[in-house]
Amino acid sequence: MAFEKVLTRNVGNPAVLSLAGYEAAGGYVALRKALKEMTPIEVTEEVQKSGLRGRGGAGFPTGVKWGFVPRGGERPVYLINNADESEPGTSKDRLLMTHDPHLVLEGTMISAYALECHHAFIYIRGEYVREYEILMAALTELREKGYLGRGMLGSDYDLQVTMVRGAGAYICGEETALMNSLEGRRGEPRLKPPFPAQRGIFGSPTNVNNTETLANVPFIIERGADWFTGIGKERNTGPKLYCVSGHVKNPGIFELPMTITCNELIQEHAGGMLRPDHAIKAFIPGGSSVPVLRADELDVIMSYDDLAEAGTMLGSAGGIVMDDTTCMVDALRNLEAFYAHESCGQCTPCRQGCGWLHGLLTRLENGGGVDADIPLITELADNIEGHTICPLGDAAAMPARAMVAKFKDEFRAHVARKGCPLRDKVTA
Amino acid sequence: MSSDRRKGDPHGKSGISDEALRRELEEIVAEYPEKRAGALMCLHRAQRHRGSLSLASQVLVGEVIGSSPAHVRELVSFYTLFLEESPGRYHLQLCRTLSCQLRGARDLKDRIRRRLSIGPGGVTEDGLFQLTEVECLGSCDSAPVIQINDDYFEGLDGDMLDKLLDELSARPPAAGGQG
Repeated sequence: MAFEKVLTRNVGNPAVLSLAGYEAAGGYVALRKALKEMTPIEVTEEVQKSGLRGRGGAGFPTGVKWGFVPRGGERPVYLINNADESEPGTSKDRLLMTHDPHLVLEGTMISAYALECHHAFIYIRGEYVREYEILMAALTELREKGYLGRGMLGSDYDLQVTMVRGAGAYICGEETALMNSLEGRRGEPRLKPPFPAQRGIFGSPTNVNNTETLANVPFIIERGADWFTGIGKERNTGPKLYCVSGHVKNPGIFELPMTITCNELIQEHAGGMLRPDHAIKAFIPGGSSVPVLRADELDVIMSYDDLAEAGTMLGSAGGIVMDDTTCMVDALRNLEAFYAHESCGQCTPCRQGCGWLHGLLTRLENGGGVDADIPLITELADNIEGHTICPLGDAAAMPARAMVAKFKDEFRAHVARKGCPLRDKVTA
Repeated sequence: MSSDRRKGDPHGKSGISDEALRRELEEIVAEYPEKRAGALMCLHRAQRHRGSLSLASQVLVGEVIGSSPAHVRELVSFYTLFLEESPGRYHLQLCRTLSCQLRGARDLKDRIRRRLSIGPGGVTEDGLFQLTEVECLGSCDSAPVIQINDDYFEGLDGDMLDKLLDELSARPPAAGGQG
């Protein structure tokens, strides 16, 4: 069966920015079906059956996560659409928000109904000003035309959707940091328990899902869980957005089933290497936080489970391609500068460790490194990982350990030659 | 209060009165179950009007969201998009993270340095351009990217950047600023 693109079917069709255009393209059929023909429990069960897993990074089954949210309690339930896309290498949610804002909203609305939530939030990163405006325009039209609010679309269900803009903090993509940020606090992650499903924002049960995750929900409701499980492979079902950036001819966002390999994604979909005389050296498959793969490891299928078996992660599917001109020490230095900057500072291993990693790598790159620095990178990573409140520390540690393990000769060459042996540096 | 505002916001921006700004902020806050949840949106709005967040603006936001000035300051110092001083008229926010570096962000930085004689953190003498190196802008598939005020300029090379800077230099000053 040929793969049918659904998440990106409206990309390049500006008519869908308006409510009428989106409906002409088949939009809000799923919302009407959910409101008129299904109970919230039935919607939740359909999503559970579909096997949909979180597209933000962790890959946790969405329906199971919804099942943790208590129903019928005294406190209201909140749903947050996490549009704080900021994992380096990842720009897929932006595509959805820019080209199909009503899909983002419809997914949010159906999911809110499933959770018996009456106030949902979309938390969008602050830099995405135009994307915020596009979503706000769509949201305003929905409010004006009775698609939201009391008795929306003639049902007895009430829903309010509010947009919140972040303000330049990567950490707010982490769900408990996001919740603090949404409450008007610094984006510092919270200790768990209590888990968000028990006590999230405003002391209420809260569910946070990634934008792409929720964009799948209208299709699951309209076409059924069986349709969804027919795509991809077992436990890795449904369409997936893959990002490809770096040294390829055609960087972009590609909607594909989770049966493609890294090589197919890079060579067939992203057009192969940018410079024909420079071969691929390394590929980060799931955003900057996941362990790197070498060129000889790229026949692996890009599913959650296959990539985990290969010692890395699908993460946010933010693929970064590096050719043989790229210095791995410098690439890692660039990423550790990112984590050092974005650490919220609560936990010492992360706050200090990311900075140390960055300093160590800078020294190596500039020719001041010694042999002992190389095992020290791994030791530092070990002392960060698992010792912090949130996964930012792990995200800084995992790529460091993998880079050293897989490109050790290159790290050693920096010591032996007292500097970078490659012409093309990543950073100035 | 007003003298403080003038000092903090040299461009003047929208010229909205404190009273009118307070009304806008109160409208924002009304959409949230708790007032403080409107904090970030209020700070964005105040910064859009005023160009930056002076102490007076922070106090005003605090009054509306029911928080102390100290709490508002905690937010302003934590979130990088909140600025206590107005940036140049055109705030060049150059992405420095991996995907952009692989596609030539360093060349763009060099070009800006040569042409405008400013490095990261610098402002041109006429106040027209400010360069800031920023972390991943989430537009990796169209790298390299510069955000100028509210807009992303994607897939840039040196010549495209030159042309863009020419256009911005020739444009008459208009109220702007991010946020």
